[in-house]
Amino acid sequence: MKRRSLFLNTTATMGFIFLYAPMIALVVYSFNKSKLVTVWGGWSLKWYGELFRNDQIIDAALLSFKIAFISASAAVVLGTMAGFVLSRFRRFRGKMLLAGWISAPLVMPEVITGLSLLLLFVAMEGAFGWPSGRGTSTIIIAHVTFCMAYVAVIVQSRLSQLDETLEEAAMDLGAKPSSLFFLVTLPLIMPAVISGWLLSFTMSLDDLVIASFVSGPGNSTLPMVIFSKVRLGVSPEVNALATLMIAVVAIGVTGAMYQMRRQAKLLEKQGG
Amino acid sequence: MSIQTGSAWVEGSGSRLAKYNLLNRINWGRFSVIAIPMLWLAVFFFVPFLVVFKISLSETAIAVPPYTALLDWNLEDAFINLKLNLGNYLFLFEDSFYIDAYLSSIKIAAISTVFTLLIAFPIAYMIARSKPTTRALLLSLVILPFWTSFLLRVYAWMGFLKKNGLINEFLLSTGIIDQPLIMLQTDFAVYIGIVYTYLPFMVLPLYSALEKMDITLLEAAEDLGSKPATSFFLITVPMAMPGIIAGCMLVFIPAVGEFVIPALLGGSDTLMIGRVLWDEFFLNRDWPMASAVAVVMLIVLVLPIMMIRNSQGKEEAV
Repeated sequence: MKRRSLFLNTTATMGFIFLYAPMIALVVYSFNKSKLVTVWGGWSLKWYGELFRNDQIIDAALLSFKIAFISASAAVVLGTMAGFVLSRFRRFRGKMLLAGWISAPLVMPEVITGLSLLLLFVAMEGAFGWPSGRGTSTIIIAHVTFCMAYVAVIVQSRLSQLDETLEEAAMDLGAKPSSLFFLVTLPLIMPAVISGWLLSFTMSLDDLVIASFVSGPGNSTLPMVIFSKVRLGVSPEVNALATLMIAVVAIGVTGAMYQMRRQAKLLEKQGG
Repeated sequence: MSIQTGSAWVEGSGSRLAKYNLLNRINWGRFSVIAIPMLWLAVFFFVPFLVVFKISLSETAIAVPPYTALLDWNLEDAFINLKLNLGNYLFLFEDSFYIDAYLSSIKIAAISTVFTLLIAFPIAYMIARSKPTTRALLLSLVILPFWTSFLLRVYAWMGFLKKNGLINEFLLSTGIIDQPLIMLQTDFAVYIGIVYTYLPFMVLPLYSALEKMDITLLEAAEDLGSKPATSFFLITVPMAMPGIIAGCMLVFIPAVGEFVIPALLGGSDTLMIGRVLWDEFFLNRDWPMASAVAVVMLIVLVLPIMMIRNSQGKEEAV
């Protein structure tokens, strides 16, 4: 028994090292004074200064944040509607179709989604004159489309775990469907809606392939700028950017964990 | 994290909230809640495939947009001309380049999925067997990389694998090798990249399957004289099967169409279909050919996956 757990712990620890070693190296080398990424030239914050002076990266980051914020917000509304309809409405014409369409973007390769949306936008522009050219709005439409699928899946799985008696009680007491949704169902599924928003925000911020297809000239998002820089080789500014991103995510995940632990303790107290 | 098992895709059945229907037989509220997401998906998800199919039947042209029209009409002379070009599809099957790319994508994705499973299993097992407090910490350690940029995680390996990168420097300084290894821009780097970036997708479903497992089963088997290895393959693996299947799907499916990893870590001879499509579109500017590649990819790769997943969903629902 003991030997087996030693073997298990060793392999699992190696797995964690595999997961974290490249990220730690990235963080350490972002403080490297030397331009040559592999030669250690002493500690320095030089590349952070360079990063904030790089207008191309800053502009792209601002554009990406704007797109991610709008896309996530729209995707949450549409995805929640779809998830709600699929788990709470009984049979209607087209339910199977909606279920298929909402889960398909989850398995669709990004290159296909990107290409097909671009060709749609081009065809629409030819037919109706809209959207005239491609840019921020076409990227947002594309991101909403694939993010809403993830939101719908999250909301749907939360609704299926939910105790329906609360909703039934509200209905028995005469709540209208709209107030039933906003006063009872929505607060109950709020954690799922929030994690759907966060997931959509991250995926939109991270998307290179789809945005590359549907964006127009002069509308480079952050991943597009990073990709073109990185393709030419390792860049110290990108190391600095990655470090900032890892720091933000680490703070976020730690905060979420702390919050969850506090809630669990509260529940324990109430139960006891 | 919510991408856990395939069961999330199963429709919630047996809802007693059918009253929703009775209350609002003809109700604009109900109608619009159904119609808005449906309309959005119809316009921006379904119709695009029809457009792709249409353009795959046209020819490239030096024009804006760079393809010919299928329908040609002139009302004065009263003619309509429909021209379908099957040349793109014929070329796809004649030139072994495309078939090789499809097969090689499947091969690379399958091998990477197996390695991801082998690395993820001990991690998931350890997390599932650890104390509740350490469990939360370890789980968030697995989830954390998932929230950071995919692109930057792939990039991190460039610094590790390149000729004067950290791995080579380390091996040279310890004297294990005396010539730097060529690792970047090889298929090996692509495998590493896929395993690395998709590892959390495998660990999480495995963990949720292993966590539900009743540990007394293993103790019973041991009491009855079963060796640890036998118990593992006869009890643990079958119990973890739903997690194994869900995890393999979550890794294999996106890996087949992967573009970023072969583009940054792979060599010029690393054939993957996502990259072929990208190059047809962005480098050759051959929109009809790129569309034909996409249509075949959809039929050969995506449809079977969706069918398997649907049948699985039905089994789980029963």
